[in-house]
Amino acid sequence: MKLTNRSKVVSNKEQSLSERMYLPGIAKGMLITASHLFKRRATVKYPDELRPIAAVFRGQHILKRDENGAERCTACGLCAVACPAEAITMESAERKKGEEGLYREEKYAKTYEINMLRCIFCGLCEEACPKEAIFLTDRMVATEFEREDFIYGKDKLVEKVDKRIDVTKRQTIEVAEFKKIPGLKHNELWQGKLKK
Amino acid sequence: MLTLIIIKLITCIAVFAISLGVAAYATLWERKFSALLQDRVGPDRAGPKGLLQPLADGGKMFFKEEIIPNVSNKFLFILGPSLFMLTALMTGSVIPWGKDFTTAGGSIISFQITDINIGVLYLLGVVSIGVYGIMIGGWASNNKYALLGAIRSSSQMISYEIAMGISVIALVITAGGTLSLREIVGQQDAGYANIVYQPLGFLIFFVCALAETNRAPFDLPECEAELVGGYHTEYSSMKLGLFLFAEYINMFISSAVMSAFYFGGYNFPFAQELYNAIGLQEGSIWISLIGFGAFFTKIIIFICVFMWIRWTLPRFRYDQLMNLGWKILLPLSLLNLAITIGVEFLRGNLQL
Repeated sequence: MKLTNRSKVVSNKEQSLSERMYLPGIAKGMLITASHLFKRRATVKYPDELRPIAAVFRGQHILKRDENGAERCTACGLCAVACPAEAITMESAERKKGEEGLYREEKYAKTYEINMLRCIFCGLCEEACPKEAIFLTDRMVATEFEREDFIYGKDKLVEKVDKRIDVTKRQTIEVAEFKKIPGLKHNELWQGKLKK
Repeated sequence: MLTLIIIKLITCIAVFAISLGVAAYATLWERKFSALLQDRVGPDRAGPKGLLQPLADGGKMFFKEEIIPNVSNKFLFILGPSLFMLTALMTGSVIPWGKDFTTAGGSIISFQITDINIGVLYLLGVVSIGVYGIMIGGWASNNKYALLGAIRSSSQMISYEIAMGISVIALVITAGGTLSLREIVGQQDAGYANIVYQPLGFLIFFVCALAETNRAPFDLPECEAELVGGYHTEYSSMKLGLFLFAEYINMFISSAVMSAFYFGGYNFPFAQELYNAIGLQEGSIWISLIGFGAFFTKIIIFICVFMWIRWTLPRFRYDQLMNLGWKILLPLSLLNLAITIGVEFLRGNLQL
């Protein structure tokens, strides 16, 4: 069966005179290389110019804080269960009195680690999260020299209070629709209508 | 007498500097040109547009650790690259870079270090000494790959020098029996360039020049796929740099020789008309400089062709190389010589 039109039948026949003279073949080859002088360069000069990425690009994760600056994550472990690469581990702890500004709910993640070498950036953790705590962002994971450095702890993952990162593009249509439902405490908190 | 020495010294230094400068920027252009042929961008980081890349490369070479193998012959090990570089630079001395010009004082200054009446022989001789650089270097390394590279190189150069020499004999006959490069270039001033009379001879010379400079597709002496690095396997630091650099100087000089032999050197079509139109007197320095520019343009075109070929063709197999040298180029050059002698005899330029 013929699979492609580009296949050529191999032959062992003697070279013809023009083939043995090399020159026609050389001229042909040189014209081919010369034609490449005028072709588009495939190079992207990376640090200077970046390749365009999709609006919903799945890059380095972030653990969001809520509008008051408290961590949203409650260490329920659904992201770790959802993760197909088993890149996420966490330890939970109970919120103490006086820590209400730090953690949104009574339980929080004492440690939360994502192994960026294991992670396949599928976004299932984000989908599994019931608290809108973890999101993938358009940031790239930096290169490191040591394997250990790729295990990102809370210090790298949790959003900085004074440097919020916009993840609205990553929020699914379902989430966006859900947030519009009036009367829910969660939504009013999100919209800032309700004070704690 | 003193002025003569000073003038010659200045010409020497100028030729030296130009050879090194052109070779340095040829290394950059080689990388840039290969990138262009392969749809890449090439080096563009060092300095504006990557123009300082040769400096960076040279600096790197100087600061690399210098390793001399324990079992090698130290004297010969150092002599190898030095000799290769020396012969590469020596060839530049007989090439006429431009027309002579007359100073205000009335003395005639030539754009050539020396015009010896056996310039062509000198060129061939010095080029064949260049083989010793590679051979000594390869042998003194006490490394089998280096030795194989050196043997390949010497056999290749010796084989191709024969065809080259015979094609040059044909050229010399056309040029009226002179071996002086200045006269060979000068006699192309009035008539056509020698390429018109010697197309086959030029082709043979060009192929042999590729082989002599160890350029692809004849770069078997340093073929990475089989011989690690060939004759410079054991070399490091600036001694390796000298080998690599001398290759580019060789390329520059052989481009210069080819444009002088076959393309009229500093002459170009309608040169006299141009000078008359601008109103330049015979012996003006501007005529020399314009001629020098024309010569350089030809050289640069040749260097580009050298690179174009390198990045197009795969390497010859060793038996193909020898077949081409001995079974094709040598008979062809003899045929060319016979035809040249016949034609010149019929034209009455040769006597029995």
